[in-house]
Amino acid sequence: MSKLGSIGARLHRGEISYDFIGKRKIWYGVSILITITAILGLAVRGLNMSIDFQGGAVFTTPTNMSVSIAQAESYAKDASGHEAVVQKLGNGSLRIQVAGLDTAQSDKVKQNLAKDLKLDPEKLAADLVGPSWGQQIADKAWEGLVIFMVLVVIYLAIAFEWRMAVAALVALIHDITITTGIYALVGFEVSPGTIIGLLTILGYSLYDTVVVFDSLKEQTKDITKQTRFTYSEIANRSINGTLVRSINTTVVALLPVAGLLFIGGGFLGAGDLNDISLSLFVGLAAGAYSSIFIATPLVADLKEREPAMKALTKRVMAKRAQAASEDGRATDGGDAEDAAPAVVGPRNQPSSRGRGRGRQAGKRR
Amino acid sequence: MAAERRPGAERPEREYEKVAAPKKGRSSSAQGKPGRSLALILIAIVALTGGMFASGHTTPRLGIDLAGGTSITLTAVNQPGQPNAINKTNMDTAVDIMNRRVNGLGVSETEVQTQGDRNIIVNIPRGTNSKEAQQQVGTTAKLYFRPVLQREPQGATGHPTPSSSSGKSGSPSPGATGSPSPSASTGSGKQKATGSDTPSASATAQGRAVTDGLKKTSPTPSATGSASPTATSPSPSPSGSTGSSDLQARYASLDCTKPSAQNSAGQGAKPGEPTVACGKDGKIWSKFLLGPVSVDGQDVKKAQAVFDTQGASGWQVQMTFDSKGAKKFADITGQLAQKTSPQNEFAIVLDDQVVSHPFVQTAISGGQAEISGSFNQQDAQSLANMLSYGALPLSFKESSVTTVTAALGGQQLHAGLLAGAIGLALVIIYLVFYYRGLSLIAVASLMVSAILTYVIMSLLGPAIHFALNLPAVCGAIVAIGITADSFIVYFERIRDEIREGRSLRPAVERAWPRARRTVLVSDFVSFLAAAVLFIVTVGKVQGFAFTLGLTTLLDVVVVFLFTKPLMTLLARRKFFANGSKWSGLDPKSLGVNPPLRRTRRPAGPTAGPADPKEA
Repeated sequence: MSKLGSIGARLHRGEISYDFIGKRKIWYGVSILITITAILGLAVRGLNMSIDFQGGAVFTTPTNMSVSIAQAESYAKDASGHEAVVQKLGNGSLRIQVAGLDTAQSDKVKQNLAKDLKLDPEKLAADLVGPSWGQQIADKAWEGLVIFMVLVVIYLAIAFEWRMAVAALVALIHDITITTGIYALVGFEVSPGTIIGLLTILGYSLYDTVVVFDSLKEQTKDITKQTRFTYSEIANRSINGTLVRSINTTVVALLPVAGLLFIGGGFLGAGDLNDISLSLFVGLAAGAYSSIFIATPLVADLKEREPAMKALTKRVMAKRAQAASEDGRATDGGDAEDAAPAVVGPRNQPSSRGRGRGRQAGKRR
Repeated sequence: MAAERRPGAERPEREYEKVAAPKKGRSSSAQGKPGRSLALILIAIVALTGGMFASGHTTPRLGIDLAGGTSITLTAVNQPGQPNAINKTNMDTAVDIMNRRVNGLGVSETEVQTQGDRNIIVNIPRGTNSKEAQQQVGTTAKLYFRPVLQREPQGATGHPTPSSSSGKSGSPSPGATGSPSPSASTGSGKQKATGSDTPSASATAQGRAVTDGLKKTSPTPSATGSASPTATSPSPSPSGSTGSSDLQARYASLDCTKPSAQNSAGQGAKPGEPTVACGKDGKIWSKFLLGPVSVDGQDVKKAQAVFDTQGASGWQVQMTFDSKGAKKFADITGQLAQKTSPQNEFAIVLDDQVVSHPFVQTAISGGQAEISGSFNQQDAQSLANMLSYGALPLSFKESSVTTVTAALGGQQLHAGLLAGAIGLALVIIYLVFYYRGLSLIAVASLMVSAILTYVIMSLLGPAIHFALNLPAVCGAIVAIGITADSFIVYFERIRDEIREGRSLRPAVERAWPRARRTVLVSDFVSFLAAAVLFIVTVGKVQGFAFTLGLTTLLDVVVVFLFTKPLMTLLARRKFFANGSKWSGLDPKSLGVNPPLRRTRRPAGPTAGPADPKEA
């Protein structure tokens, strides 16, 4: 089987693991750094808003145009009185953007341009946008974003607990900040398509986070009944245990998006496909990163502040100190390794184990 | 999970059996009868596919950006002094009127719908005069009352007969006025007038009689096709100047059966002058020669459809005029009541088209009037809406106009499909590479998902006017990842169970409840995102959100009814159960580590072999 399979097995057993929680400070640092860069980028460079936000027109010619870019530019300028940006697309058609037009003017420009380019106006595809349309889409998107966040926090707080909801929210904001930051820094154009992509990240970023949380919740169910592991350690196990799945999920999610990006960017050159897939691509990568490096460690951090968890950590530490002083019987350590993410040690907690088992069996049905 | 798994793993297998045994009984649907679920989903697929072919919509309806055409987004703007005018009722009314206008261009495919709380999307397929359509939707509605000078139905399939206008059924019938109409029906079923002498009782089939003296409709005894005006030649219109000869000529040559004429006929008419116009009664077009405007639509204070519980007139439309309108209306009805049909009628002209032409029996003063006839609720409502148009407080501005040529639409469709195919292929390659035999299940599930998505999209076209646009294609492609992820969650759980030392069949069953929960929770979040986006947002975002939500739902269906049962069935096959090297479930390559087990259980290495006894 593939190597990843056996790595998965070793991760599963805890033979190898990366200490995500222990090194969280580093990753927090990295994230804060990225976030600051992103915010700086946003503040200094700003976003390169597409024509949809300024009002204007995008004309797309048929594929086999003999007109050169420069020619088309001057035609467009003549027709509109505004500067025009002309791109040649992968399939040979020209994309002519003229900013600052309102829809009424755009119509006239279209007719003139078609005449200059010796085209039937009906063959010239046009996207005429009023100045407030993009803003309206963006406003609505913000509204949706806020509503979604509120709902999701409520849902996660009910399905899991408020700490996880908070952590998921932080991770989500983190992803969106990073994505917009990258857009600002690289100067990608922000169009309504970009916003679609960005909004999808919401679902996806959380999707990933939720899977890790789900495993974490399961593993920490009876955490106070044992003294072998602290919450952070179990959280770390959860991340490592679901790591293979997280990687697979991200790969599988990115592959179709990569296909979109390839086709959208390479074939069409521009447009919705490209915009959506680009922001998805950036956002998905950020989402996978944040659910592993930010969300779960954050939950662990929050959780460790709970009195119950503090007490548990103390007990665990005390027990370990004791074990160490008794020359650490290897069996215990070995058991821990062997039992992988297990929490309830049967030998330690025979009675509670029996109870827990009954309940779980019931739940499973 | 570990808390659950651990005891099972730690304990002798006997105990695990005890726990597992009752489970089998209860969750039989998931576990005991995988065939049933599979049959269910297969039946569903066959039924849906059958439905798709039966309905004749074998491909999803394509949006403007894929099929070509023009899409106009109009945003409502508050007019000064009416800050709260943008509400659902007004928006619906506006959609109604725009629908009438654009479809008046002779394109029935045009689609007008609200989006969000203040946008109206007008989608005009290619091949239509998009420019004209664009002009049509942009202007503000005008509603006038004009006296009818002459009227003549047209387009009665080859009947050169006089026929009544008015009436869906096209059956002319004299109202209580007893106008001498030959009740030649124009091809559609006759509806005999329940003629009664009481002024208020409506008589005509569709006859919208205006009670209180108003009765709508009556037959026109004019021979169609004759170039000459009818015998009842234009009489002096109430306000002076009669139709000039020029206008007469226009009237004579007007052919309201032509879509182009229907809208242009009355265009540009000045309120103070007579004009010609077309109007539709049911399926039949009539041409009209109309006098100058006698009452402006603005003067209608309100109009509503009410059901007359007392009389026998059924649905009727009640109008209330403001003081200015009341006076004018009293004047005109006073004049009209003296005349004979059709000159006792007034036409309600909306956007230069006659929407109704009730006749008048007596002068109506007091500013209250009812139009009655054999309306059904819808007709009454729509007429009431139209009467209200004159006072419509909304104006619209064009937010975006997208014209996509057929060629560009084709390219985008092609690109979208290609991207989808590439994405799907990459995912399948990855799954095959990583999951080997298991990928069979994943790929089959993806296929089932794809088929269901396609069929449902095709069916939703006619059902709810769903149109597949480019963002929707994107949504579907992105959903490949979400769908595949559900399998990954499940497969990884199964592998975890196998690593715990279980044999395949118990592993499959034990992994399911946990995977199920994860899938449900994460799909819920994904669906929530899609739902919020769909409800809140506007424009292209909506199409995207719709497919994303749809595919997320389908994902749950497929995982529950297809993937899991298939997994259960396949777990019984030797190829998988014995952990063949290519099955993707080979305990060895999954890293089941016997020596470690041995330290806990003397029978350690037989962990795998030990399991089958319980399977």
